[in-house]
Amino acid sequence: MSAIRAIRAVRSGRIDATRVRAVVRKEVTDYRRNRFVLGTMTVLPIVFLANPIINIFTTPTNVSRTALDARVGSTMLFLLLVPVILPATIAATSIVTEREQGTLEPVLTTPVRSEELLIGKALAALIPAVGIAYAMLGIFLLMVKLFAHQQIADVALEGPRILAQVLFVPLLAGWAIWAGLAVSVRANDVRVAQQLGTLASLPPLAVTALMAFNVITPTFRVALLFAVGLLVLDVGAYRLIAPMFDRERLITARRSK
Amino acid sequence: MTATREDPVLVVDKLTKKFGSRTAYSDVSFTVGRGEVFGFLGPNGAGKTTTVRSLGTLITPTSGRATVAGIPLEAANAVEIRERIAIMTEAPGLYGRLSVTENLQYFVGLYHLSDGERRIKRALEAVNLTDRAQDTCNSLSKGLRQRVGLARTLLNDPEILFLDEPTSGLDPVAARGVHDLISGLRDRGVTIFFTTHRLAEAEALCDRVAILNTTLRSIGKPSELREQLFHKGLIVATAAPLADPGQVFTGLPGVESWDTDSGGGAPGSYRLAVSDPAVAAPEVVRALVHAQADVLSVSESRHSLEDVYLELVNEDVEATQR
Repeated sequence: MSAIRAIRAVRSGRIDATRVRAVVRKEVTDYRRNRFVLGTMTVLPIVFLANPIINIFTTPTNVSRTALDARVGSTMLFLLLVPVILPATIAATSIVTEREQGTLEPVLTTPVRSEELLIGKALAALIPAVGIAYAMLGIFLLMVKLFAHQQIADVALEGPRILAQVLFVPLLAGWAIWAGLAVSVRANDVRVAQQLGTLASLPPLAVTALMAFNVITPTFRVALLFAVGLLVLDVGAYRLIAPMFDRERLITARRSK
Repeated sequence: MTATREDPVLVVDKLTKKFGSRTAYSDVSFTVGRGEVFGFLGPNGAGKTTTVRSLGTLITPTSGRATVAGIPLEAANAVEIRERIAIMTEAPGLYGRLSVTENLQYFVGLYHLSDGERRIKRALEAVNLTDRAQDTCNSLSKGLRQRVGLARTLLNDPEILFLDEPTSGLDPVAARGVHDLISGLRDRGVTIFFTTHRLAEAEALCDRVAILNTTLRSIGKPSELREQLFHKGLIVATAAPLADPGQVFTGLPGVESWDTDSGGGAPGSYRLAVSDPAVAAPEVVRALVHAQADVLSVSESRHSLEDVYLELVNEDVEATQR
């Protein structure tokens, strides 16, 4: 959901910010005490940060500019996997787990609207994922700036490349979250939801990969266009998923009529 | 506070819910007055929980109408209805890694309630859980979790409190604790609609009960249901079987019919259908003395709500088998 749309919805009273905050607070508190989520949030970033750093310091400098671009691009693509995989996993399990544990029905008996619940869960997955991804990007760029060969640093620190990374992190995470939530709303099993959620979140990475490998030249304009496309995709996904949240089906496994 | 059916907070009119070809409940109509404790009884699969879910706006009825807390049961009014009621589901559904207070804080937020801390404190006091407020819910026994679930339903001061099998799976001591809480809520004038399998608790706690077996089989005060279904009667026990019981009982004032009571514990046990036990009992005692019978006891026969329930449910079973 775009920021403007969200603000309008809050102002019109359709979405109650207090309820959304309550969902976010509960979700984040629950993650902090969930070893599986904490483990995933710790191990994944370490793995996906170590790999690009090693890659960048082992990159030979005696190659063409095009080859260097491709190498740096593919390396930085790793950094975009975390904002896709991490929130997709969290979002994909968020509803189906509550169904399995019997905590969803009491929540649905309260005045909370479907949209408020979904936005709360989406934000609770988005905030840590984006925070971690930006921290990873910051560490990576700092390492490059301080220790990488100047020729490689020049490529890695290009404005459009960094802008693309900064823009794509929340937008890719947004898509991954809506894809994950869509799976979670429909799934009846946590393991299936996790696998499908991760798979469903990957397609937008394909375009990012094409940019990383210079199949699409990563100019400022291309990055911006792709970002707008992702934003449209995120908004569309939200509008598609909100009506899928059928209370009757979630409780009885039968569609309401 | 006394229950007033003239001021109903819940009006249900010919409500039906079907899942495809399967009927969950059909043509259900009743009203519940403000401050009333209303019991909803029925065997497994009778449609009790589905009815509660329908009235709580979680499930859309197929046909019929209802007014919940004065608001028509329609999709457009769902949020407003849910603001005025509370539902305790059969399983309390607590977040195990969160403390009791954190669980309640979440629901204070979902209800968008002001002065949350005061409400949480009051709810915990009502269920005697103040000293466990900081414990994680995973560390609580089933009975204590049920009490947390009950505390959660008190946060928004509901006009109607729906309790779905609140004592299901609890040991007698824990169930007694829940009964005391329900009694306390009744004294505070909260309208309570609860489903249960435990007929003794329904009889002890409810002003009125309804027996559902897909359709509504009967509704009324437990005493009214007994009178509707069973004749008034006397149970006579003698030390030895009477030589000619027909001669003793037939024609006595107030005695309509008699039969031997094979299930009675005494050697001579008789069950008499009477129009008025107060009139018939002295006549029966005189006749027994006149017949030189060794009388052990003459008592009014009592039917429990369980008798009523079994009678109605067995009627359905027999009808299905025919």
